[in-house]
Amino acid sequence: MTVAFDATSQDPSQAAVSDPAGTVRLGTDQPLELDGGGALTGFRLAYRTYGTLNADRSNAVLVCHALTGDQYVAERHPVTGKPGWWDLMVGPGRPVDTDRFFVICSNVIGGCMGSEGPKEIDAQTGAPWALNFPVITIADMVRAQKALIDHLGIDQLFCVIGGSMGGMQVLQWAVSYPDKVYCCLPIATAARHSAQNIAFHEVGRQAIMADPDWRMGDYLNQGTRPTKGLSVARMAAHITYLSEPALHRKFGRNLQDRKSITFGFDADFQVESYLRYQGISFVERFDANSYLYITRAMDYFDLAVDHGGVLANAFRVKGPDGRLTGTPVKFCVISFSSDWLFPTGESRAVVHALNAVAANVSFVEVETDKGHDSFLLDVPEFYQVARGFIEGNAARRGIAAKVG
Amino acid sequence: MAVTSLLPPVGTIRSDLESIVDWVEPGSRVLDVGCGDGELLHALVHRKQVDGRGIELSMDGVRASVARGLAVIQGDADTDLKDYPSDGFDYVILSQTLQATRNPRTVLDHLVRIGRHAIVSVPNFGYWRVRADLVFRGRMPVTDRLGHEWYETPNIHFCTIADMVDLCRDMGVTIERSLILGADDRPVPAPADSFRANWLGVQSVFLLQRG
Repeated sequence: MTVAFDATSQDPSQAAVSDPAGTVRLGTDQPLELDGGGALTGFRLAYRTYGTLNADRSNAVLVCHALTGDQYVAERHPVTGKPGWWDLMVGPGRPVDTDRFFVICSNVIGGCMGSEGPKEIDAQTGAPWALNFPVITIADMVRAQKALIDHLGIDQLFCVIGGSMGGMQVLQWAVSYPDKVYCCLPIATAARHSAQNIAFHEVGRQAIMADPDWRMGDYLNQGTRPTKGLSVARMAAHITYLSEPALHRKFGRNLQDRKSITFGFDADFQVESYLRYQGISFVERFDANSYLYITRAMDYFDLAVDHGGVLANAFRVKGPDGRLTGTPVKFCVISFSSDWLFPTGESRAVVHALNAVAANVSFVEVETDKGHDSFLLDVPEFYQVARGFIEGNAARRGIAAKVG
Repeated sequence: MAVTSLLPPVGTIRSDLESIVDWVEPGSRVLDVGCGDGELLHALVHRKQVDGRGIELSMDGVRASVARGLAVIQGDADTDLKDYPSDGFDYVILSQTLQATRNPRTVLDHLVRIGRHAIVSVPNFGYWRVRADLVFRGRMPVTDRLGHEWYETPNIHFCTIADMVDLCRDMGVTIERSLILGADDRPVPAPADSFRANWLGVQSVFLLQRG
């Protein structure tokens, strides 16, 4: 959270960088072309930075957040007051060491923490975008981040890291901009969203749209909020982030503040009470339409589809002699043994594709029973692997252990 | 700009690995199949500046390797080598692992396909002490190199140096170079296809090439 540029590399055109709490308006000269057709001109992107960009601008790390995450990766959240969502990974002395790296995290477009999305005011109409916001894709999110990186005057990111939907963005970065990423960590993710995952998302969207307060998406103009629907969507999704053993360990069949079952539909069980709490606290910080847009972006994600259905082809780049060769990006793919939302097989498919082009790839399946959310939790082995990969590559890239 | 090396200094490594390090050209592309905790790969990266990759079956080995900054994936030599493109590497190394694969011939085929060269080290079941164990004690041998009881050994396809020489001939694989290591890892100055090598060698290291 320091000023991002040291005195020697100060560049007046990069003034936004000195305001780490920035919301920057991008795409004013060149509109952001969207996969679904159309473009966003002068779109907002909200981001946070941590640490200091070094003189040769080689130490930038982009953190990509998951479906319901945001830019507050390593500091207290302004709405919930909770610690940064990945403060086990990002911070002083952490694997993504803010004493060593210049860390950038932006809210995805379509999000609801200040970046252009359905909750924001459409400059054309003066009213919230709501469902007039264009449907966006993971590649669109990454294009917007690329505009931010350009704006910050960074030519190549040292590392792009993220889990779940963040991991999808990581893969997209490596495919869209292979020469702009030195190394990357796609974690608990997949090169395409599975039918089962699309199905879960559809349940969530239907819950939101079934809420009478959703008002065909126009609730912000009509002064209502579909909190019931959004909270049910969150409850259903939350189950998929955990695992049966983790749920059982945490709650078992324990009753909530009572000695016996009540023969009614109150939250008798602790697990019910926990889920209700997850749902209710989620609606305080999240916009229902954003949830529709972002889940849709994940559903549409399929890296192979633009490459003849062959994932390996997504990782081929044109060499200096014009011939296709394997991507220069170094990968560390990590999965978790109990993750049934993005099971290890999904990561293995990515690894096989990378092997087929002889790319530089590490792959670890971390043994844990904590489910998909493991990447956010205290799983020491996971951070140990991430640290080893990041430090090994930072040494190879010649990034000093401390900026200055 | 000061760059601190985060990796531990390279210590002494197994003598068969030492000769593998010697044989590899600096700056080449190397795939180490069955790389364990990355000992050899680490030595190659630091002493020969190779672009090194590893495959390891055990998760503990993979984690240890990645945590020391090596590019290693969890995988199985028997099933995963087919995913690698032909001529993707200058050297593919298989150290003390061939005898533990389900299908050594197929694995060897992949090694010489993926690499311009393959480096393979195998324990020698023809070593005189091993033969003596069988002949005089009537027991399956347990030695430093073959350190498991028969019922728990991962080594399911034992061979002798002479068997390896035959297999290579049969597959049309050229033995470019060989090193026979005897008791206490002392080199045995004998050609791989000699009786002496097969009698005195505890293990052998081969540099192979297809055709």
